[in-house]
Amino acid sequence: MSTGFSSAGRGGASILLDAGEASILRSLVEQVLGLVEPGETGDDPLQKALGIGSAEVPSDPVLARLFPSAYADDDKASAEFRRYTEATLREGKRADAETLLETAEQGKVELTAEQAQSWLRALNDVRLALGVRLEVTEEIHEELADMAENDPRYPAYVTYDWLTYLQDTLVRALW
Amino acid sequence: MGSTAPAEVERPASDVRPDLPWLTLVWNDPVNLMSYVTYVLQTVFGYPKAKAEKLMLDVHHKGRAVVSSGTREEMERDVQILHSYGLWATVQRDSA
Repeated sequence: MSTGFSSAGRGGASILLDAGEASILRSLVEQVLGLVEPGETGDDPLQKALGIGSAEVPSDPVLARLFPSAYADDDKASAEFRRYTEATLREGKRADAETLLETAEQGKVELTAEQAQSWLRALNDVRLALGVRLEVTEEIHEELADMAENDPRYPAYVTYDWLTYLQDTLVRALW
Repeated sequence: MGSTAPAEVERPASDVRPDLPWLTLVWNDPVNLMSYVTYVLQTVFGYPKAKAEKLMLDVHHKGRAVVSSGTREEMERDVQILHSYGLWATVQRDSA
């Protein structure tokens, strides 16, 4: 596995990816993109143009985590907030994912400050999605250390742990 | 970059203003890294690292922390930006 991100100055970062790593990253980000992309805007062209979308909490738990309710104890205010913001949030996540797909290639990946911010959010979206699907706890790193390599969960946990490492090294490269 | 890009929020350093009745809360979750949460709070609010770390530790140990206060519109904007970074953030009226 790679050595993670290093600072490239001017708010940028760089990383050396091998072919397998670039391929895993792209595949995971494509899956998140597939979830985020549809954007449940209504059929009304005016609403679409204004970015007004669905007020419903997404039924997929991954989407419910990527687009959480903004009010913990007020469903009506949450629905209204979602109606006017979720389409914009989806668009932002889609753009971040596409930036990663355009730049994640085998070899030395050099990111500008803007691209690095997109990677930071896109990597986190993938970790959130995997985290929900795997039902991870804060002890996942320790769980993985004790897990047998023939455990069916092992490959997914290793991937999640690697993404955690990438995310942490990217934060530290940007600080 | 889309409108959910990190905003340079121009606000005084004493950001949590008790006179303003709406709050932005960040909740603990098992995925977001301590380093990442600190970094996001610095980036989104312009907080110094020490303040961002203290808020992050409150989230981690107490389950949640108030990260900003202001008008309802300001708090909804903060929550939207925090959601773009994948933090679990909510708005509520200050009950104090």
